[in-house]
Amino acid sequence: MGQFGIGQPVRRKEDVRLVTGQGCYTDDFNIEGQAHVHFLRSPYGHADIVSIDTTAAEAAPGVIAVFTGKEAQAEDFPILHCLANVKCKDGKPMIDTPRPALCTDRVRFVGDLVAMVIAESKVQAMDAAELIEVEYNERPAVTDTMKANTPDAPDIWPGWDKNTCSLWENKDPAPVDAIFEKAHKVAKVEVISPRVIGTPMEPRVALSQYDPEKDLVSLYIPTQGAHRPHGNIHKHFPKLEKENIRIVSLDVGGGFGLRSKSYPESVLMIWAAKRLGRPLKWLGDRFETMVSDNHGRDHVTRGELALDENGKIMAARIYVTASVGAYAFENGPNVPTFSSGRVTGQVYVIPDIHHVVRCVFTNNTPTDSYRGAGRPEAAYIMERLLEEVANVMGISPAEARRRNFITPDMIPYKNNQGFVIDSGDFAGTMDMAMELADWNGFEARRAKSEAKGKMRGIGIGYFIEASGGQPQEEARVRFNDDGTITVLAGTFSHGQGHATVFPQILVDKLGVDYDSIEYIDGGDTHGEVPFGWGTGGSRSSMMGGTAVARSCDAVVVKGKKIAAHNLQTAPENIAFEEGVFKATDSGGSMTILQIAEAARDKNKLPDGMEPGLDERYRFDRGKDPSGYNHPNGCHIAEVEIDPETGVVEVVRYAAVDDNGIVLNPMIVHGQIHGGVVQGLGQALLERTTYDSATGQLLTGSFMDYAMPRARHVPDIKAGNNENAPCTVNELGVKGAGEGGCCGAPPAIVNAVLNAFKPLGITHVDMPLDSEKIWRMIQRAKPSAAAE
Amino acid sequence: MSLSVTMTVNGKPVSGSVEPRTLLVHFIREHLRLTGTHVGCDTSQCGACTVHVNGKAVKSCTMLAVQADGADVMTIEGVANPDGSLHPMQFAFQDNHGLQCGYCTPGMVMMAIDIAKRHPNPDADTVRYELDGNICRCTGYHNIVKSVIAGAKAMHGGA
Repeated sequence: MGQFGIGQPVRRKEDVRLVTGQGCYTDDFNIEGQAHVHFLRSPYGHADIVSIDTTAAEAAPGVIAVFTGKEAQAEDFPILHCLANVKCKDGKPMIDTPRPALCTDRVRFVGDLVAMVIAESKVQAMDAAELIEVEYNERPAVTDTMKANTPDAPDIWPGWDKNTCSLWENKDPAPVDAIFEKAHKVAKVEVISPRVIGTPMEPRVALSQYDPEKDLVSLYIPTQGAHRPHGNIHKHFPKLEKENIRIVSLDVGGGFGLRSKSYPESVLMIWAAKRLGRPLKWLGDRFETMVSDNHGRDHVTRGELALDENGKIMAARIYVTASVGAYAFENGPNVPTFSSGRVTGQVYVIPDIHHVVRCVFTNNTPTDSYRGAGRPEAAYIMERLLEEVANVMGISPAEARRRNFITPDMIPYKNNQGFVIDSGDFAGTMDMAMELADWNGFEARRAKSEAKGKMRGIGIGYFIEASGGQPQEEARVRFNDDGTITVLAGTFSHGQGHATVFPQILVDKLGVDYDSIEYIDGGDTHGEVPFGWGTGGSRSSMMGGTAVARSCDAVVVKGKKIAAHNLQTAPENIAFEEGVFKATDSGGSMTILQIAEAARDKNKLPDGMEPGLDERYRFDRGKDPSGYNHPNGCHIAEVEIDPETGVVEVVRYAAVDDNGIVLNPMIVHGQIHGGVVQGLGQALLERTTYDSATGQLLTGSFMDYAMPRARHVPDIKAGNNENAPCTVNELGVKGAGEGGCCGAPPAIVNAVLNAFKPLGITHVDMPLDSEKIWRMIQRAKPSAAAE
Repeated sequence: MSLSVTMTVNGKPVSGSVEPRTLLVHFIREHLRLTGTHVGCDTSQCGACTVHVNGKAVKSCTMLAVQADGADVMTIEGVANPDGSLHPMQFAFQDNHGLQCGYCTPGMVMMAIDIAKRHPNPDADTVRYELDGNICRCTGYHNIVKSVIAGAKAMHGGA
């Protein structure tokens, strides 16, 4: 449908505002009369609070209030509970960790909240916080995931097994063990998906205001859609109902999963605004953002594949230990279990899988959803295993995958956990990626690198996800009196371009003018969009897109009835094409805007029809596990390693993703680029380091935490395989937000191991920093070190 | 103690009374309410607060407001043409999808204009090197690099 329809690289409507400095992020506005908040946080990884003296702070200039864990004695004080409930082996309970929004007697990670200081200005609040005297009794800490469940580890929470939050098992191991007994060969690896800090560029920030007349607290925070945290945040209050809370997000500077959560700071901003009757503002700094946004990953995984004589996989064992951090946070324990477990077998035929996940407590920031949320970890272990299949069978990495791919004739394919892969062309996607990467030209490029004294390697990372997230979404199409059209949906763009893409669907479906369409998102629980689940789990294209498309379909159905009435024929004689309703018998026609106009006039409507052409549709795909879509892709990285310095450089990168039908290739490729670089950051740079004895965070700023920068990244070749449209939604779309960070880590690590082959090195853990790589090269080549 | 400062911001004379510890970025955001300039870190690493001071890109969190006394400052709000149409670098960011959430974008555009002034026809390696002080978490830089190259060309009369 012309240059603005589905499939076109339409430039974004939202950009003019954002490139001219007219965006409105949460710190860009104030509420008249606001006071300022500063949080005092624990400097210790694990300690008892012996006493807190706030006398001097309360007397400091400008101070309005100082709150501590003492408030928890009041019956209205918020206490955070985990909202996940992981089923444990042998019927044991998952351990919840009731967490008063301010710590009462113990702190469990650096950044845990100790006091909330409220003053007339931000600097007065900060200065006063320095006057609070807290006496701590330091306890031993454990920050290493694999040490948490060992006998000598300090206890963080009591339970039925040392520091264990949950122990999930997909099934009885006996049948899988029996298959392993008969295996021709076994491929084994143990890998670490290191803890990473999400770091949206916008720091944590909040404003809150209480309206006593309406008994309503408004909380302005960056979210990924206001309704989802709204549905959760009230659960942490003993005495505050959902109806008494409003959440608003305007422009949001990055989300990545972290910003869909209900944090203790948000809870406290609501509680204190109501308590003091004063509007409040809190702006966190980067350190606070890094300790208070949930962290991601932190899995240690042992994987084994039983192979037959032909290198075909007979069964898999996947054993995961995952840190949930110091508390079982909102959805945290679901990430390594449910979210990862949906796609354990990835794109391979694996007749049986035994999968066990132990979630442990450690003295770190809690973990929860971070871009990919369990799926990058699933892709990483499987793709490292497939590389090992190639090694033990003496075949190429591509051949190892080809022998095991689920083939198109097996689709729909029900995987081990009961999830149905509805579509996919895995071998075809890998072929396209190998071509885009110029796989065949690699040996020549390797020779060139070697001539310069560099090592070169190439690696594959295949991945598949289960996308779509929460199963309902609602949209509405509204025809305005001035001839413009508004599309409303409960999703929320914080960079994904919905204000552009949803109008593209309207252009295609209704033949209306792109420039006449405006989008309103689910950024305000009390605004024009009363329902929605926001953006997360790569859900907006399928869930929001389908709701928008079906709202359009409903408009056409109603429009045909109105057209038939006005053109004096039957609805079945009306054809709708490119914005025009045409009577096939008489030849008369009306444009959709003429129909919208007529729909306002009762006299031009069939008897009993409500005025207006507006329609809404709530898409509910139900709880059926076959309702997810399955974006997948093949990423190929090529690395050059300088043996003198150990620096790994990703010099070429090709990504072919199957996102089904692509609504806007410019935006989808942007999502791929961004995801790949987050995966590259995890693979090469980002190391979250805690001092193992004290639990002190050593990487709490951009000085210490290595973010990927422009010079770390090559040009990324991105392509799409559109040969396998999604079958669980009529747009044919699959999610596009998270694939990059699933594909990049295994592709890059496999590429480094490919380069290391001549040295006999078969394993390395992320991040692949230069010191680690240099030492490995030196150890492998003792003669080189002596030179 | 407060001190008075006077400077030109986006072509207009402004003055204000600030604490000695007030950073230029806070003067711009809080005193002048020009909120297009963003704060993304506290260690002068991210570049979201980049503005021009006397024609050069400066991270406005690395300067005290009093150090900018008498200076000519330009922020993202002063970049577009007087008729409101986009500066070629702003247009290049839109045309090449050089932004997603938009938070780092004002700093990126201010840095990009500075790069383009010094490198009329930069190659990708030059742009990647020059952008070392600006962090973006959304785009993977790919389209930012394309934007800077296209914007530089357009600023110097190219297509």
